Amino acid sequence: MEELKTCLYDAHVALGAKMSPFAGYMMPIQYSSITIEHNAVRQHVGMFDVSHMGEIFVKGPQAEAFINYIFTNDIRGYEPGKVLYGMMCYPDGGTVDDLLVYREFLADHFLLVVNAANIDKDFAWIQEQAKAFDVKLDNASPRIGQIAVQGPEAEKTVMEVLGYKEAANLSFYTFCDVEYNGERLILSRTGYTGEDGFELYTTNENTVEIWDKLLKAGVQPCGLGCRDTLRFEAGLPLYGDELSPEISPVMAGLGMFCKYEKDFIGKEALLDQKAGNLARKLVGIEIEDKAIPRAGYPVLTPEGEEVGIVTTGYHSISLDKSICFALVNKDFAALDTPLCIGIRKKVFPGKVVKKRFYQTNYKK
Amino acid sequence: MSKIIEGLKYSESHEWVKVEGNIAYIGVTDFAQKEMGDITYVDMPEEGDDVIAGEEFGALESVKASSELISPVSGTVVLVNGELEDAPEKVNEDAYGAWIIKVEMSLPSELDALMDAAGYKAHIGE
Repeated sequence: MEELKTCLYDAHVALGAKMSPFAGYMMPIQYSSITIEHNAVRQHVGMFDVSHMGEIFVKGPQAEAFINYIFTNDIRGYEPGKVLYGMMCYPDGGTVDDLLVYREFLADHFLLVVNAANIDKDFAWIQEQAKAFDVKLDNASPRIGQIAVQGPEAEKTVMEVLGYKEAANLSFYTFCDVEYNGERLILSRTGYTGEDGFELYTTNENTVEIWDKLLKAGVQPCGLGCRDTLRFEAGLPLYGDELSPEISPVMAGLGMFCKYEKDFIGKEALLDQKAGNLARKLVGIEIEDKAIPRAGYPVLTPEGEEVGIVTTGYHSISLDKSICFALVNKDFAALDTPLCIGIRKKVFPGKVVKKRFYQTNYKK
Repeated sequence: MSKIIEGLKYSESHEWVKVEGNIAYIGVTDFAQKEMGDITYVDMPEEGDDVIAGEEFGALESVKASSELISPVSGTVVLVNGELEDAPEKVNEDAYGAWIIKVEMSLPSELDALMDAAGYKAHIGE
């Protein structure tokens, strides 16, 4: 299959990025080094091309009721300008995708932002569920580019380089509409790094111009390599690793994003799992060595019984520790439970720790 | 262009061998360290372990990936480069200085199957 290109593909190639297929797109993995890019975001500011993400507009008199039916979180009572994180689930509780829901400033207008790898699957799923509702759907993904500006200096960058003074008034998980070249730009205080930051949605043409401006202002371009190390340290799941049709939000420890005072697809199954009817749970594990637990490596008890599997693991850049997410038998999921990771021919002892390895720095 | 040193032997899996009599020092090539990026951990065998030509004896880990180390020769590990435990980045800084294991060879004729510098240069297409 021929990979798609985002509007910034040429810019990445010009910067000498190491390009690799991801979610059906040719994406930059790194420009200089993952460590340098990771630290730029933690300490200053970095920018990511996330134009591959999917944008689906939902509008109509029943838009709120419809979204609340397919979404685990509860958007009722959320004001225009608010962003809410949650999942879409199958009836058996398995995860269709995790996504952001934006309540727009026009009544009955919403934006769903979904994972690149799932755009087609999600849109088909949403269309199927929408048959019984009076809503209009628009998969705008190909028309919209997206840049994430992340790090403690993100606000200053968005205000000074791009001139959006509105940035100062946004708290985390809110957005406002601004203009660029007379066209709409959604300025959203969201991100996937554990740091403060913004995500800017606008036309592909504008995205290319904005990237260039930020680059000239000295903002570090950052690839998907450090996007993964950053989100991982912050305890954020990646669809495909920590969420999937086999891994429900409850198994992934994301129950706080499931609201049971309303009806939604998958509710009964998730309630059942919440009551303890589940085989596996996602945990954090820290091992006492510099060896790196990678996805697919086995999780063992100190006696050698295999009780789980690693989903993502790194030697954490910000914490200098070897840590991982792992799906384990629920009887071994309590904090401080001694668990080991099999790495090649050796077994490294460790224990269950909190999944949020890194203290996040969001603007409240 | 990756650095290649005359007088060393090279494997297809990008290890180099420096031969001193019956002793082989084994490391990874400059090409390999560039492909890996920032190396954060070197998984090494213990002194006294046996290694077999063509089989894994350890691994290099970068932030993103791990890569197996394949022994170009058979023999016994007489020394591991302990310096790499705390400073794995030395493999990036000087791939030919940062030997990983020192092996007493049991079958030195295995060296004949390895490439010389010119052969390795062709192998990596540079």
